[in-house]
Amino acid sequence: MRKKLHIGNVVQINFFSFLYLIGYILGISMAINVYAEHGPKVEIGISEYSEIGGNADMQATTAAFDKNKNSKSTTDHSKLEELEGPFFDGREVTKACLGCHNKAGTQFLKNVHWTWEYKHPITGQLLGKRTLVNNYCTNAKGNEGMCAQCHAGYGMEDDNFDFTNEENIDCLVCHESTGTYYKTPTNKGNKACSIMFEGKNPIEWSKVAQSVQNPGRNNCGKCHFFGGGGDNVKHGDLSSALFNPSKEVDVHMDSEGLDFACVVCHVSNEGHQWSGSRYNMIAKDEVGLGKPGIPRQEATCESCHSSSPHPMTSLQGIKLNGHTDRVACETCHIPKIAKGGVATQVDWDWRTMGKLKDGEGFKLKEYTQGNGDHRATYKSIKGNFVYKENFNPFYAWFDGVMNYTTIDTKFDPANGPIDINGFTGDFNDPKSRIWPFKRMHTTQPYDKGNNTLVYMHLWGEDDQALWGNYSFEDSIKMGMEKNGIPYSGEYGFIETYSYWPINHMVSPKEDALACAECHARGEEGRLNELRGFYMPGRDYFKWLDIIGYLAIFGVFGIIFLHTMMRVLCKKGVIKICKSGDEK
Amino acid sequence: MEKVKHAVVIYARYERFWHWSQAILIFVLAFSGFVIHGTFNLIDFETAVNIHTYSAIALILLWLFTTFWNFTTGNWKQFLPRTQGLLAVIRYYAWDILFGRPHPHTKTMRRKQNALQGLSYLTFMIVIGPALWVSGIIYLTYDLWNVIEGSQDIFQVVTFFHTAAAFMMMAFAFIHIYMTTTGKTPLHYIKTMITGVETIELTAAEKAYFAEQHPKMLRDKE
Repeated sequence: MRKKLHIGNVVQINFFSFLYLIGYILGISMAINVYAEHGPKVEIGISEYSEIGGNADMQATTAAFDKNKNSKSTTDHSKLEELEGPFFDGREVTKACLGCHNKAGTQFLKNVHWTWEYKHPITGQLLGKRTLVNNYCTNAKGNEGMCAQCHAGYGMEDDNFDFTNEENIDCLVCHESTGTYYKTPTNKGNKACSIMFEGKNPIEWSKVAQSVQNPGRNNCGKCHFFGGGGDNVKHGDLSSALFNPSKEVDVHMDSEGLDFACVVCHVSNEGHQWSGSRYNMIAKDEVGLGKPGIPRQEATCESCHSSSPHPMTSLQGIKLNGHTDRVACETCHIPKIAKGGVATQVDWDWRTMGKLKDGEGFKLKEYTQGNGDHRATYKSIKGNFVYKENFNPFYAWFDGVMNYTTIDTKFDPANGPIDINGFTGDFNDPKSRIWPFKRMHTTQPYDKGNNTLVYMHLWGEDDQALWGNYSFEDSIKMGMEKNGIPYSGEYGFIETYSYWPINHMVSPKEDALACAECHARGEEGRLNELRGFYMPGRDYFKWLDIIGYLAIFGVFGIIFLHTMMRVLCKKGVIKICKSGDEK
Repeated sequence: MEKVKHAVVIYARYERFWHWSQAILIFVLAFSGFVIHGTFNLIDFETAVNIHTYSAIALILLWLFTTFWNFTTGNWKQFLPRTQGLLAVIRYYAWDILFGRPHPHTKTMRRKQNALQGLSYLTFMIVIGPALWVSGIIYLTYDLWNVIEGSQDIFQVVTFFHTAAAFMMMAFAFIHIYMTTTGKTPLHYIKTMITGVETIELTAAEKAYFAEQHPKMLRDKE
């Protein structure tokens, strides 16, 4: 309501601008009142709008890569009659796209951004957002009305979505380049939530349609930088800092350097099927560069840099190449998580969800991150959060295979924290390497009777939804019921961990980990926790060291005594040797 | 046979070069090696590994060449083990030295070292040295053989021997340095090792041989 006051031409100040001024002053005084009442960090309301891309530089839509690519393109989409419109919604644009790109539809129907489902080829587990429980907002399933704003389709309100209808594909979210396109929750939610995401300008359909090109960082980032419900909340290495990163933040995406788009690495094998899923990762790429001249379709570092990327002309280079079989590139080349001033969440406590101020939900913004933004450490709708930035990853042996605790998995709560996505990997497994992870700790509800995770009903146009009703009891009951999962009727809280392999925000080589970051004794060493192998600088044989040091000190002791004797004898202080001398 | 004392170059130029370059390399290796080991970190790990590797290569080359030199010059015979006079030398350092008694060993061109000295240098050359360079080379080339079955166990054995031998080398080096102070003056032996010149007894035949063949090795002041 309070708009910026322009005192441009003083002569022309009329009655209306006078009213405007009064309004402005009133606005300020009201703001001061709110400030005094709640302190600087409390924000009344539960809108999530500012969290999702609100502060991001959405105008930075193209990367150098796209520009180059477009210069090679044989079609200027802005000149196509088909894209002139008029269009009244996204589906009409999609129809126009598919009119020419007649294979794109069938290709995309197989894409995980559309299916939200992934059958793991090794574990056989059925994964994807359609089924999984995570340790952030917990489940997209049943909350599609909210969560499907990041589905690359139109109208996914619940699980009855037609996954075979090409016309529901959202081409624009990935391909438009104006930065003005946006998606909102697919349904309004209940009264409390309906105010979220308000106040966006209407989309100019033909303008966005004509702007299509290869996806830029902005397209992918709109969803992936805000996973988990806010900037960098989920991954730790994917944040709005990557819209326009400096070289220090990301050597590849450096907006004044290489300026890579995501799709430079996440290349497409077949049409619209691209590589680099963390469900099933290539923890150790043994193919490397592959055959000369044939680009590889993997998102691994090795597919461009080979598995011996360090110069063989120096001792360091040779030794570093000797590490690549057991240490992932990321381990040394991404020394810190959450760079560039945007923090990530490392702890979420759902137990405190539901505190209200004067019957209204609120946020407490007690964390100020590197770029100056204030992050909510408490939200009525979600509970308490802990943030971290520029911090050391968690390291573990990893073979690339993730094992999920799904909604069907029974566990024993007595066994301590549950790994949402546990993984295998071991020093003795030659396919495993040491990988960096962001580890997320959460205290979240579970089914106390059945010892399973739960689906919560967070969002809906009813009064059972957690966001508005603030009752775990109602929310879990309905979440389980509507998805056909047995529920004992009793919930408790359980600690969980999830592990996010760190791949992005690769530092320039000067900032890569120094040897001593790992080759160090005790707590100082980053790999202190990883055992079962001998690492120079960290490990030693205790008894050998004790005996060795004793031997050295013993030598010094003998030398000292012998010297003393010699000196004292020579000076005649000791009688025996003097008499011996005379003898 | 009558023997007369003369100042003679008993340590040839190469021998002295071998000794001092080996001494420097061993201390550089020990220093960088114990940084890598984690005993202290006065320099960073990466620098230590670099220094250690390059000095190790240098020392191995030096040893290879010295082995060649020792055999071609016949100098290897100096290191042949013998027990004759060993006890006397031990008793000298443990006891007699305190009374200012003379050293039981008389240096000759055939036996520049006393029995104890010879034995310890032999241990240095055939036990401690090889233990270090054999384990060191296996250690250094870990990346070439780490694919074989049980490589981690082999690696641990190798690191064990390398560390153990390093402790022995240090014990040797410190005792060795201390022993140099037991000459006529504390710095006498050091000077000898630098100049190569020592006053030893020569037989008339030896004297004549030097005078005829190697006059420069005779350093008697006129």
